[in-house]
Amino acid sequence: MPSAPTGTLYRGREGMWSWVAHRVTGVLIFFFLLVHILDTALVRVSPEAYNAVIGTYKTPIMGLGEAGLVAAIVFHAFNGIRIILVDFLAKGPRYQRVMLWVVVGLFVVTMAGFLPRHLGNVFGDH
Amino acid sequence: MTTPAIADPRTRYSRRKATRGNYELYSWVFMRASGAILIILIFGHLFVNLMVGKGVHAIDFAFVGGKWSNPVWQIWDLLMLWLAMIHGTNGVRTVINDYAQRDLLRLWLKILLYAATIVVVTLGTLVIFTFEPCHAGADPSTVASFCQAR
Ligand code: HEM
Ligand code: HEM
Repeated sequence: MPSAPTGTLYRGREGMWSWVAHRVTGVLIFFFLLVHILDTALVRVSPEAYNAVIGTYKTPIMGLGEAGLVAAIVFHAFNGIRIILVDFLAKGPRYQRVMLWVVVGLFVVTMAGFLPRHLGNVFGDH
Repeated sequence: MTTPAIADPRTRYSRRKATRGNYELYSWVFMRASGAILIILIFGHLFVNLMVGKGVHAIDFAFVGGKWSNPVWQIWDLLMLWLAMIHGTNGVRTVINDYAQRDLLRLWLKILLYAATIVVVTLGTLVIFTFEPCHAGADPSTVASFCQAR
């Protein structure tokens, strides 16, 4: 593979890194989903079996994992909308970089709404 | 001088296929359409299960019993299951095509991927529709409160 000495229009810049992040988060969510459907299937075994496994979701370490998962979903979702807009809007490609910063802004706002609530549930007394 | 070949007037016009069908186009459209719907389904799922009330601490067998006795949540989860799995599988297919360069490896990875998808989607669908919220013989404290009335 030839190496580009400096960034081209796309390579090594926001467009490329958002693509990398979109790909990594997509694959991550997919593997979570496989496990998640298997653990939900335990409701067909017995209440005890389901409660035992879902109980592990409530530990602090898993709580942090859930925060990471939600972060991955929120980025993938907002950036997915950005990809759709880049493809369908006439001026989409011209504003792809601006739209990435809008995605980052929305991501920060969403996580600021989610994290205190979720971490309060995970680490607070209940 | 050579005479140009002129098609026989009685032969029918037949369009030659330039590609092997429109599969990649449909898959491109599907990724976008399913993504737009999934954002609503998944954000709704996460809001109800993580943000409302005690969040993740409220989830147990009885919680699932309460949700799946409502057809709205059954349909919600069914749609989310199918769309997320097909979207994710198609996405991972692209990733495999990009990185697995050896033909045989690529083939096996995709067979594994599709097999996992079929098993998981079938299982998830069965679970939604065969679920018993008032599990026979269960400890009453583990099932939804409406089971006591029976
Ligand atoms: C940590 C975050 C999550 C928690 C605590 C959680 C919890 C649950 C629970 C309690 C159920 C049982 C039924 C219901 O409540 O509707 C369920 C089912 C389901 N969840 Fe999640 N979920 C999470 C994240 C996700 C994500 C990110 C996705 C999609 C990518 C997802 C997809 C599904 C699907 C498809 C089902 C139905 C499974 C089946 O058909 O058997 N969940 N989840
Ligand atoms: C929350 C709503 C979602 C939106 C708006 C969304 C949107 C998108 C879009 C627009 C693409 C690009 C397709 C292309 O480049 O042709 C994509 C790719 C992908 N998505 Fe999603 N998606 C969502 C949820 C999910 C979920 C739940 C999963 C996992 C189960 C997932 C896994 C993937 C994967 C693996 C790719 C391929 C990435 C690549 O080729 O680099 N996505 N998504």
